[in-house]
Amino acid sequence: MSAPTGITRVTLLKDLRLEWRSKDAINSMLFFSLLVVVVFSFSFDPTAEESRQIAGGLIWVAFLFAAVVALNQTWAREIRNQVLDAYRVSPAPANSLFLAKTLGNFIFVTVLEALMTPLFIAFYRLRSLGPVWQLLLVAIFGTWALVVNGTFFAAMSLRTRSREIMLPLLLFPISIPAILAMVQSTTAILNGEGARFWIVLLATYDLVFTTVCLLLFEIVLNAE
Amino acid sequence: MTETAAAPVITVSDLIKQFGRFAALRGVNAEFSAGKLFAILGDNGAGKTTLLRTLAGLNRPSSGEITILGSSKFQNICLHVGYMAHPSLLYDEMSAMENLRYFAQLYGITNDTRCVEVIRAVGLNPDLPRPVGQYSQGMKQRMSLARALLNDPKILLLDEPFSNVDQHSATEMVRLLAGLRDQGKTIFIVTHQAALLDGAADEFIWMEYGKIVDRTRDLKREPAPGLTSELPRNSER
Repeated sequence: MSAPTGITRVTLLKDLRLEWRSKDAINSMLFFSLLVVVVFSFSFDPTAEESRQIAGGLIWVAFLFAAVVALNQTWAREIRNQVLDAYRVSPAPANSLFLAKTLGNFIFVTVLEALMTPLFIAFYRLRSLGPVWQLLLVAIFGTWALVVNGTFFAAMSLRTRSREIMLPLLLFPISIPAILAMVQSTTAILNGEGARFWIVLLATYDLVFTTVCLLLFEIVLNAE
Repeated sequence: MTETAAAPVITVSDLIKQFGRFAALRGVNAEFSAGKLFAILGDNGAGKTTLLRTLAGLNRPSSGEITILGSSKFQNICLHVGYMAHPSLLYDEMSAMENLRYFAQLYGITNDTRCVEVIRAVGLNPDLPRPVGQYSQGMKQRMSLARALLNDPKILLLDEPFSNVDQHSATEMVRLLAGLRDQGKTIFIVTHQAALLDGAADEFIWMEYGKIVDRTRDLKREPAPGLTSELPRNSER
């Protein structure tokens, strides 16, 4: 049997290939985020100062909702033709699948963030007063927080009848501490204030939830 | 019941599988010897697919025990079992080779030789570039069989392999499966097209209401002693 890391790699590459061909997740995420940026920009027309106050919340809420689209898509592929059963009858470890899906979603959401951030900056005339590398740190930890729980709960709601609705219902409440840390740290950095506490909180949140998800995923995968 | 002299490759004892209050399997007891082709027959809802999925490790028994090749641990068993379901278990957006290459790696098979071999074995062309989603239903079924054969399993569990397959292709599939049986593989086929397996199957296993009610060497079946044609009460099902 291949090493778990090898299976994670091939599963990730397979998911990237499928997404490259269908572009289901990335297209829906992009259109959704674009709408949020444009609609809010026209609704508020904020000054540079106001933008720094609201941008943190706006950016992360847009990415959170957009990520839900990607999270649903990745598992929907496994349900079509019951392909997931082919994985389940194989000796491949459950956590390799979980890590591959999480990494895949992380890449999709990161691509979205990379494409949307310049637009946010342009529409809201954003200029960070704090160090940009800290914003990068928040983006990495924040995105991981969204996708690790999102991938887990999307798998959990896989067999439910209305999984598109179930996912936000499960994901949003448990993501509140992470979203709070993401918004507060982004706002603090944009305004040139210290964000160390929030970044540490975010990193701790990631560590705890990644561990919990890895410990529980096999049960979720084989649930009937 | 047919007596089997060889050591059983699969032993099922008091197997019960419940989905909520509904019992899909209601105390299955059976032994299956190696190197035989078993056709599992029965009406819809008789428990055929549930039995197959439970043997494959996809359903956990509610009670009872399954021993496959002397082990009841999934990690020991899964390497030797090939499972083909009613859906194709393949990614529609990928080609035959891309699909098999991925699934082969789950079993630690990293070269393409085995993938090419099984695609050819089911009568398809491994060089076909179009995605599996554009295949005909019959081609998908054969690809699905190819996927099940990837790990060269000792036991093959096939759910409705002939559905939507034309007569000629179905006959070819039966010939291929009989050949695999002759190589020593133990094959279970759930089907509603029992006539296709007449002459090829070593045993016909008849299921009703979640139980094996008869095992015969040919398709002609006398009602098992004590078997009633009445439906069981709701509480019993």
